[in-house]
Amino acid sequence: MTMPFYVSPEQVIKDKADYARKGIARGRSVVVMQYEDGILFVAENVSRALHKISEIYDRIGFAAVGKYNEFENLRVAGVRLADLRGYSYDRRDVTVRSLANAYAQTLGTIFTETSKPYEVEIVVAEVGETPADDQMYRLTFDGSVADEHDFVVMGGDTEQIQIALEQTWRPNLTLGEALQIAVDALRPISGQADSASAPEPIGPKSLEAAVLDRRRSRRLFQRLSVDRLVEILGEPANGANHASSGGNSS
Amino acid sequence: MSSPGQSGGMTRGDGLSEAYLAVGSSFSDFLEQVGHHPMRTVSGTTSTSTVPHGTTIVALVCADGVVMAGDRRATMGNVIAQRDIEKVFQADEHSVIGIAGAAGLAIELVRLFCVELEHYEKIEGTPLSLDGKANRLSSMLRNNLGLAMQGLAVVPMLAGFDLDHGRGRIFSYDITGGRYEERDHHAVGSGASYARGSLKKLFFTGMSVEAAAMAAIEALYDAADDDSATGGPDMYRRIYPVVGTVDIHGVQMWEEDRVAQLVEQVVGARRSAPDGPRAALPPATSGGGE
Repeated sequence: MTMPFYVSPEQVIKDKADYARKGIARGRSVVVMQYEDGILFVAENVSRALHKISEIYDRIGFAAVGKYNEFENLRVAGVRLADLRGYSYDRRDVTVRSLANAYAQTLGTIFTETSKPYEVEIVVAEVGETPADDQMYRLTFDGSVADEHDFVVMGGDTEQIQIALEQTWRPNLTLGEALQIAVDALRPISGQADSASAPEPIGPKSLEAAVLDRRRSRRLFQRLSVDRLVEILGEPANGANHASSGGNSS
Repeated sequence: MSSPGQSGGMTRGDGLSEAYLAVGSSFSDFLEQVGHHPMRTVSGTTSTSTVPHGTTIVALVCADGVVMAGDRRATMGNVIAQRDIEKVFQADEHSVIGIAGAAGLAIELVRLFCVELEHYEKIEGTPLSLDGKANRLSSMLRNNLGLAMQGLAVVPMLAGFDLDHGRGRIFSYDITGGRYEERDHHAVGSGASYARGSLKKLFFTGMSVEAAAMAAIEALYDAADDDSATGGPDMYRRIYPVVGTVDIHGVQMWEEDRVAQLVEQVVGARRSAPDGPRAALPPATSGGGE
């Protein structure tokens, strides 16, 4: 009979964390940022069906990177939690804080109790009455929660994007401006993916974008269609004007 | 009914339980899994005089879609329980639901149905087809059969714009969850037979939205005329029928002022013709008379 090798708990945790980080780093990045009328979610995603960005509830949105089946599980669970709360109490009683807590518990349990952690990182955001009331929480594979402001970057090679956004992001951006700087910040990554060629801007067709727009009523989440993205990004010089007057189409 | 106490099935400290992570896109099935039973059967029976009952709902197809309207009265036996109850609701982007029967259960059913539609849409990323919505309502109603047998029947009517077929459609139900598609127009509730008679004479194919809403208000007036449980327009308190319309662009629940304009026309015309508009008889073929 052989004795199993002793592996220290520190090593187990470290191995799991490295494993999860590697999985997450393989994916393309997602940016979530505040702008004057709400919160903008932008991801590089060629699929029209497999979303990285979704609606959870009236004022709450969800963005994720990593393994699709795993974050999709979490998204569905979040929709269920939110709908159950809203149905049991009232729509106003559904908050992003309780959702973030539930996710943190779930991810924490999976990380410590199973041998394979979820390879995901998610952001849940709730748009408030004013930009000061907006809330964004980042959750990592081990269940840690971080309360974020201004903007959040997740996925592979986030450092460059982080640096780019630190230079370009400022409070009260219009939708057009916010979208433009998000796309510009995401660009270097796609450039690298296409071997040595110069960084190409990400075309609207390979972008997934949505907003939580505080000017809308009730369900504030709205996807930005390809047409809308072309309308906003098409003419970078006056894209900002488009966004501020474009308003609540569809 | 649902009790907010059981808000979860979340096992404390462990995060979201199995039910949350399971496969499925129905909210009411999920409720069952976490031990929520919104329509719980109880023993005993009840009579219509102890709980408020909603009364008459009418709906008609029009050229661009469909119109639904409901009176504002809830009765408890011979007592008026509420004079401004709302019984027509927006269900989702392209459908409206009206309810007759035990008001408390009916309103809960509507709430659950609305969450059900939104839940499906969020999880699947696409809304249910109109037939899907109609079938879903059918099975939810069947879950209420026990209560219905005890005298707490709920009779909804669903109307919506079918984006696949490009037209307005109406579905009626019986208490067992039987689902029936109605052509052109329908009415449910205590005043339904009078309303149907009225609609039959007023309806024509290809009505404008305004004309269809007018016909709905006339039909509700006729129902209130002969059924004590249906409330007529209350001109002094400005309590008018609730009108909802659906077309390709979505649902519109009418503002009070817009309904008021039509109601004033209808009521005004009834001053000189109390029985409402006359249907034209075909000309008599056999001689005489003149």
